[in-house]
Amino acid sequence: MAQQLHVELVAVEEKVWSGEAEMVVARTTEGELGVLPGHAPLLGQLAEPGQVRIKLPGGEQVSYEVAGGFLSVSDQGVIVLAESATPVSAAQSR
Amino acid sequence: MKKITKAMELVATSRIAKAQARVEASLPYARAITGVLTALASNARIDHPLLTPRERVRRAGVLLVTSDRGLAGGYSSNAIRTAESLIARLRADGKEPVLYVIGRKGVGFYRFRDRPIEANWTGFSEQPSFADARTVGETLIKAFSAGADDVDGGAGADGVLGIDELHIVYTEFHSLMTQTPVAKIIGPMQVEDRPRSEGLLPAYEFEPEAEALLDALLPKYINTRIYAALIESAASESAARRRAMKSATDNAEDMIEKYTREMNSARQAGITQEISEIVGGANALAASGSEV
Repeated sequence: MAQQLHVELVAVEEKVWSGEAEMVVARTTEGELGVLPGHAPLLGQLAEPGQVRIKLPGGEQVSYEVAGGFLSVSDQGVIVLAESATPVSAAQSR
Repeated sequence: MKKITKAMELVATSRIAKAQARVEASLPYARAITGVLTALASNARIDHPLLTPRERVRRAGVLLVTSDRGLAGGYSSNAIRTAESLIARLRADGKEPVLYVIGRKGVGFYRFRDRPIEANWTGFSEQPSFADARTVGETLIKAFSAGADDVDGGAGADGVLGIDELHIVYTEFHSLMTQTPVAKIIGPMQVEDRPRSEGLLPAYEFEPEAEALLDALLPKYINTRIYAALIESAASESAARRRAMKSATDNAEDMIEKYTREMNSARQAGITQEISEIVGGANALAASGSEV
């Protein structure tokens, strides 16, 4: 089985989502970015407004509309920091 | 009256639980942003106005967190007292304090004494949201950056009097019974250079550049700190109110008990007197009747 990525999506007022995923796709101020397991450590500021897509092992994906966000990739996993995060319905994100 | 205070006690109790849950809920973000900042600070050269202490501190901002409503025991007055001693200390150091007040109680205190308040916010002391904290934070950060070019006896090139230091006075929540007001400095921030044991740090990539990232992150960090202070104060406020209402309820109970007793004994005394009058009257009648 492929290696998995531990992802945490935290907003200021609460932890929004956390779990294992295959890939995280986000857009930083520099451009679109996909994070796979084993990615080099990275700190990025997310574009406004930005969408963060988390691809789950089952082939499903969850998406969040993120405002004022940062992305931190380390050997422990991915942390998305957001001032606010609202889920986007599956239909919209495709 | 007992019912009112009891109801307020119960409301405050449920609010404490809610506020505590929010403190809990905000912890992951606070931890994560601290981690990110630490990573950033140890990878990049730190030279940011929010991190560098000013050579000469002329005006120091004091953000005071109080409640909007009373009936919370000494909650607001304790916070104000702490702020007052901080202000006195700043004055002694030759710094001019600039007041920022949250909560109607604090605003009222300074208005009544005709002391200037730079800015104030009210209406959210019991249930603060992050948006509230951001509004406050933005004002303070603007004042802080405006203070960078101030000169002795006047505003600098931008014509705006700013602040050179930023303190926050809020009430720490220890437990349901103890809450203590504290004064902390949040600007300029002090960066701890902790030597790491594991040797080499992970080499982070930055998007965008580290400096730009720091620029974007630091204000958010300050907002987070203010938000944390606000929710902790909200928990303290509810706890203080619960305690105040609890003792009010207890007092009301004591009073009700005492007055019920007095009422009963007064009634009993009345009955006893009536009985003895009737008995006395009957005896008198019987005595006079037997004579006839």
